[in-house]
Amino acid sequence: MKTYADINARIESGKAVVLTAEEIIDYVDAKGLDAAAEEVDVVTTATFGPMCSSACVLNFGHASPKIRFSEAWIEDVKVHTGLGAVDVFLGATELRDKDPANLYYPGEFRYGGGHVIEQIVAGQELQLFALSYGTDEYPRREIRTYFTLDDLNQAIMVNPRNCYQNYNVAVNDSNRTIHTYLGCLEPRRKNATYCSAGQLSPLLNDPLYETIGVGTRVWLAGAHGHVYAEGTQHAGACERNDLDVPTEGAGTLALTGDMKSMLPEFVRGVSLIGYGVSLAVGVGIPIPILNAGILKRTCIRDRDIQAPVIDYSHEYPQNTGRVITHVNYEELKSGRITIDGQVIEVGSMSSYSKARKIAALLRDEIARGDFSLAEPMSPLPRDGAMKRLGIREKSS
Amino acid sequence: MTAAVTRKLMLSFPQCECEKPIVYHLVKDYDLVVNIFRAKVTPEESGYLVLDVTGTEENIAGALEYIATFDVTINQTSRGLAWDEQRCTGCGNCLTHCPTDALHVSDRATMGIAFDEAKCIECLACIRVCPYGACSSAF
Repeated sequence: MKTYADINARIESGKAVVLTAEEIIDYVDAKGLDAAAEEVDVVTTATFGPMCSSACVLNFGHASPKIRFSEAWIEDVKVHTGLGAVDVFLGATELRDKDPANLYYPGEFRYGGGHVIEQIVAGQELQLFALSYGTDEYPRREIRTYFTLDDLNQAIMVNPRNCYQNYNVAVNDSNRTIHTYLGCLEPRRKNATYCSAGQLSPLLNDPLYETIGVGTRVWLAGAHGHVYAEGTQHAGACERNDLDVPTEGAGTLALTGDMKSMLPEFVRGVSLIGYGVSLAVGVGIPIPILNAGILKRTCIRDRDIQAPVIDYSHEYPQNTGRVITHVNYEELKSGRITIDGQVIEVGSMSSYSKARKIAALLRDEIARGDFSLAEPMSPLPRDGAMKRLGIREKSS
Repeated sequence: MTAAVTRKLMLSFPQCECEKPIVYHLVKDYDLVVNIFRAKVTPEESGYLVLDVTGTEENIAGALEYIATFDVTINQTSRGLAWDEQRCTGCGNCLTHCPTDALHVSDRATMGIAFDEAKCIECLACIRVCPYGACSSAF
């Protein structure tokens, strides 16, 4: 048994034993669970993939004379201005003005909110254009200027939903190609797409939310950020397998971090044909090995994690909840799954190679004593299911 | 009989040479097996022809000399399809769309993605599906 204080003292002294969620599997096999639980301080988990509910808040500072933005665009991508005078909010899936979207189906969606966020983090110079109705204290009515990350007072990433605990595997049961956020799906189940780091993924290594909670310090694209709330659509009451691992989406995390400390490699704009734009984010989360039970759950393997296979041509859009079957991540990562005797080629939307890289970067940072752990202020709820949106008449 | 080899050629036509049946002569006079990946040969416009030729070294050399008699730039090094390793995140969304496995998983343990230029037939499917713009076409 260890406490957060014990582990942080070891990290500070540079003596912490830190392994990635991939390395820990063989380590525990060799050492035995109890001996390893004594020895290991932290297991690092990670994921990298498109996370549509990612966004940022930017503060531009004041020009002379001052303006209070009533409408604003960065590189022709509309940002939300319903905040203080020069604060703006930009979401990852915002399209660029006049993007024809799916008018000429399927649209290409080459540039949008996610790409703006990528370019800000990469330190590129971008155009700001803003309008105002003018007030006594903010008389300027229009501004067009250029800025980089260094010019901003604050650039804070605020992601309402990252790190889905588990995720769907998408197939297409129809007779035409469909274009989804899980890629182009060929007719009659010719291909399938999954989107999870599996055995490296943060919440699959802490399936019961014993250590990851509100206040947990996280590695958000290289910045030391934290979990600020349960993620949107967090649904702790989900179907779980014998190892307590969810067999559906389940938990999510709301993450925040300072964009000025982020590494551009892990903040990437995403263009998905026929769907839209998004942002891919790299996240690493340390799991403190407080006891043997927590360690045991970090030893989860791809073959022990099942994902639901869902038809994205009908069942998903119609919200029927029908699951074709479950497959595990070992099968998915082999590149082929077999359903009802049909061999289906498998692609992925989540980068396992980037997740490995992040888990190793975080491991090394903790081992060097440069990243300490934060004890959660409150746990993520284990109850609560995802509500549906009813369509109804106004209550009298 | 000397062994057959395969060479990938990228021919650029600054001004149209389209009235000359170049490919016909490659087959007929130099006994080459020709596999055209991409071609755009339109009057009054610059054009291109990307193809594999298979035959003896001697015949390929002769064919290159023949092509060089026209106003055509022969490029045996640069590719019509480029994969930018730095832009590639290794997500694997391209894998099921690449018909020849030119884009493939190099190691299932790390799930890293690699690009085998020799297998690429320039179908351009990867350009459409890559979320990060890692694949691009020379034309």
